[in-house]
Amino acid sequence: MSTHEENLPVERDQMQPRPGEAAPGRVQHGMFGVSGTGDTSGYGGLVRRVPQPPESTRPYGGYFDEVADALAEAFPGLSDAVTRVVVDRGEITFHVRRERLAELCRTLRDDPALRFELCSSVSGVDYLESPDRLHAVYHLTSMTYRRRIRLEVAVSTQDPHLPSVTSVYPTADWQERETYDMFGIVFDGHPALTRILMPDDWDGFPQRKDYPLGGVPVEYKGATIPPPDERRAYK
Amino acid sequence: MSTRDDTRTGAPDGGTRGDGWDTGADTAAGADSDIGGASYQAAGPHPDAGRIGATPTPGEDGADAYAGSRQTTEGRVYTVTGGDWDSMLAADPIAEERIVVNMGPQHPSTHGVLRLVLELEGETVTNTRLVIGYLHTGIEKNCEYRNWTQAVTFLTRADYLAPIFNETSYCLGVERLLGVQAPARANLIRVMMMEINRISSHWVWLATGGMEIGALTAMTNGFRAREKCLDLFELITGLRMNHAYVRPGGISQDLPPGAVDEIRAWIPDMEAEIDGVDRLLTGQPIWQRRLRDVGCLDVTGCVALGVTGPLLRAAGLPWDLRKVQPYLGYETFDFDVPTHPDGDCWSRFVVRVAEMRESLRIVRQCLDRLEPGPIMVADKKIAWPAQLALGPDGLGNSLDHVKKIMGQSMEALIHHFKLVTEGFRVPAGQVYSVVESPRGELGCHIVSDGGTRPFRVHLREPSFINLQATPALTEGSLIADVIASVASIDPVMGGVDR
Repeated sequence: MSTHEENLPVERDQMQPRPGEAAPGRVQHGMFGVSGTGDTSGYGGLVRRVPQPPESTRPYGGYFDEVADALAEAFPGLSDAVTRVVVDRGEITFHVRRERLAELCRTLRDDPALRFELCSSVSGVDYLESPDRLHAVYHLTSMTYRRRIRLEVAVSTQDPHLPSVTSVYPTADWQERETYDMFGIVFDGHPALTRILMPDDWDGFPQRKDYPLGGVPVEYKGATIPPPDERRAYK
Repeated sequence: MSTRDDTRTGAPDGGTRGDGWDTGADTAAGADSDIGGASYQAAGPHPDAGRIGATPTPGEDGADAYAGSRQTTEGRVYTVTGGDWDSMLAADPIAEERIVVNMGPQHPSTHGVLRLVLELEGETVTNTRLVIGYLHTGIEKNCEYRNWTQAVTFLTRADYLAPIFNETSYCLGVERLLGVQAPARANLIRVMMMEINRISSHWVWLATGGMEIGALTAMTNGFRAREKCLDLFELITGLRMNHAYVRPGGISQDLPPGAVDEIRAWIPDMEAEIDGVDRLLTGQPIWQRRLRDVGCLDVTGCVALGVTGPLLRAAGLPWDLRKVQPYLGYETFDFDVPTHPDGDCWSRFVVRVAEMRESLRIVRQCLDRLEPGPIMVADKKIAWPAQLALGPDGLGNSLDHVKKIMGQSMEALIHHFKLVTEGFRVPAGQVYSVVESPRGELGCHIVSDGGTRPFRVHLREPSFINLQATPALTEGSLIADVIASVASIDPVMGGVDR
């Protein structure tokens, strides 16, 4: 995966995401998971940027080209709605501008050449270090053509609003509620966007990366072991 | 409504007043009415016959309106009236009122900690809401704080009736991220364990579902049969549940000596169990009438609500990921996908029983194909370094391995140390890997940022998704059919809440 160039230490000002990268890159400082504990063992000065899957260009390979062609035909202004396409590990990801998400989903479901009838999964990912850090990820399945694609939409924590796709895929109801519950992404147009797994009066969004795992130190045979998120560990 | 006649029929406007009066059977008996009131003082002359026609007087002690009492020489006599339904319905203030019933989270028929909020009109359900989250344990969040191998230990606990499926779906995803493939023997054992797991999971569904609608023999037979599956798991993985048996790159340990013979002996036993439950339930009129035309959902409804698995196949669509998007070499196995056209609880029963038979076919083919070979990828930077062995103090590193790393190979010691403390790194990217679990499409969305721990793991749990169909299955049905409908979804709350 990695080349010699990617393994070189980087300067602090080179840490911005490179153009064309699918996910915001991660910059790793040091080798250990917890800082500020007074533990100075190991070399902590290493700064490395972790390579991300790059943006893909045509041909995508497999059925991905057929999907992209059919989508371009059925959805005028596709280049405006889809900002990036990434083919990685045999899966295709369309990075979608949030304003166009619901209508894009409707086209994906209804167009006879696409027929993504089943919304398999809706989930969230929090890329803490990027500006639009909250991503909603949709996995769509075409039962007619036996194909799968992924849509990804990025929003910021200041404006975490997305159009809901429940009117297109009723199955997204609970999954959007879960994504709201865990990440605080607000799906506009959802019939009843409330918490689903956490209690109604819970504060904060537990799956965000800046939300602590929690836990208490455990004493075992005289030694005290800190909770998992405060343990010294490799990263 | 305050005439003597009305009080006689026991439908008093004072029904909620709490001040009973001296009426009931003594009035009825005196008037020789046909309303069928019963007095506990049967013998003897009527003590107060002359009071007929008088206005009702409250009982001396404020007795119940429906069971008036009076003092006699024999002591206090209570009189219970009845047959008053017509006037009850005419005057009942709560007839127009909606009744909201909380079923669960402690109700024995809701499959664990599921809470149903039912709005009732009589016995008919007009509105169903589900409340979940009572078993949320933060499995997905916890995975982000452990290395890639340790995450299996959490995920196996999500849907605790189908642990092998959770593990396999996650490990297939990690392997795709790593760009490695587990050896053939490991994949074959994974398939075999999954199919045994499918059978044991369907047994629990039959046992609990049967128990909930009153078929207690289904429960005892089902759990007995499931126990035989768990015995196999215990022999092979060391644990009855929560195995953490499937690991990224392979499986934790090879089949122990004698396991193949045990599984071979288990197959006819299981066939007999399935035949037994088939004979017991399939033709039974009560079982049929509890399930037929109950909780119907057609293919359109299933797809719209994301419902997959036996529910979708019971509606008539042969959508089984083992056939339509094969993984782990399922395309090379000879098995059928059972379907049923009706889409009701009955067809789900038929489909699941047929699926157990198909799983047995797959297990038999796995046994025939098993050949000696490695069970973990050869890459020493990924493969878990130790061969586990059963020692006097339980399962642990084999003595041979400890001897080797401590006495012979420094390289092996370094690899062991690095893998166990640090784990392996997975190149950045994301995958969505799916398997067909006993409940439908089990997907695992895994995101790696290139570190030694998962950046994000999300389980697309079929229990969670399928449970959304509950209002569609139950609204408009009787409350007794709610039980059968929820049972036919087969939700496992460990998977729903994660």
